[in-house]
Amino acid sequence: MRFRFTESPIDTVQARNDLLDLGAGGYVSFEGWVRDHNEGQEVTRLEYEAFQELAVKEGERIIAEALRRFPVKHALCIHRVGTLDLSDLAVWVGVSSAHRGEAFDACRFIIDEVKHRLPIWKKEHYRSGDSGWVNCERCAAAPNHIHEHA
Amino acid sequence: MQLKIHYYALMREQAGRSEETLETSAGTPAALYGELVDRYGFTLVREQLKVAVNSEFSDWGRPLVPGDAVVFIPPVAGG
Repeated sequence: MRFRFTESPIDTVQARNDLLDLGAGGYVSFEGWVRDHNEGQEVTRLEYEAFQELAVKEGERIIAEALRRFPVKHALCIHRVGTLDLSDLAVWVGVSSAHRGEAFDACRFIIDEVKHRLPIWKKEHYRSGDSGWVNCERCAAAPNHIHEHA
Repeated sequence: MQLKIHYYALMREQAGRSEETLETSAGTPAALYGELVDRYGFTLVREQLKVAVNSEFSDWGRPLVPGDAVVFIPPVAGG
């Protein structure tokens, strides 16, 4: 499985080892961390929820697309679900390749597609005691204002 | 016919459940969503959602058949 979910902390050492290849001259990774603020609110923790059956299929398709588009050796993506605290690792992407350029490009492609395409949701809990589903609450209040958030 | 519906995230909270088996005459995901908005007062409008039938993305006009599993997908926020 080149895309998977986990309810436990992501083992980045093991994940990196899964990318080793005698023909690879390097490896690029991306780590998405839980940040203490979003859109002017102080965030204290996050809850991730996923429609895993579809997300795993679509995640595998994203990795397959990356391997077709870029001449890289291996690519993996692991995403957390459940409750995460500040600075916890929420998502990890790793790519190994003969040369660095395509590893950077493939890694960027994978994380961008994962954020846009996979049925994964996060609920932010704020210092104020309030909470909200990212990209859902504010848009719901103003449904004509549909846009993409970074 | 009977359909199986799963709810996630904001829609799970608004429906007060994560899944249910529903008896409905709705022939498409679009018609089904209209029924469910009336029942649960979902705040998301259809244009904000995607829909999956039997764990694959689907068109809103796809004819539903008994036993189909339908999931409405609110705006996503992975990563």
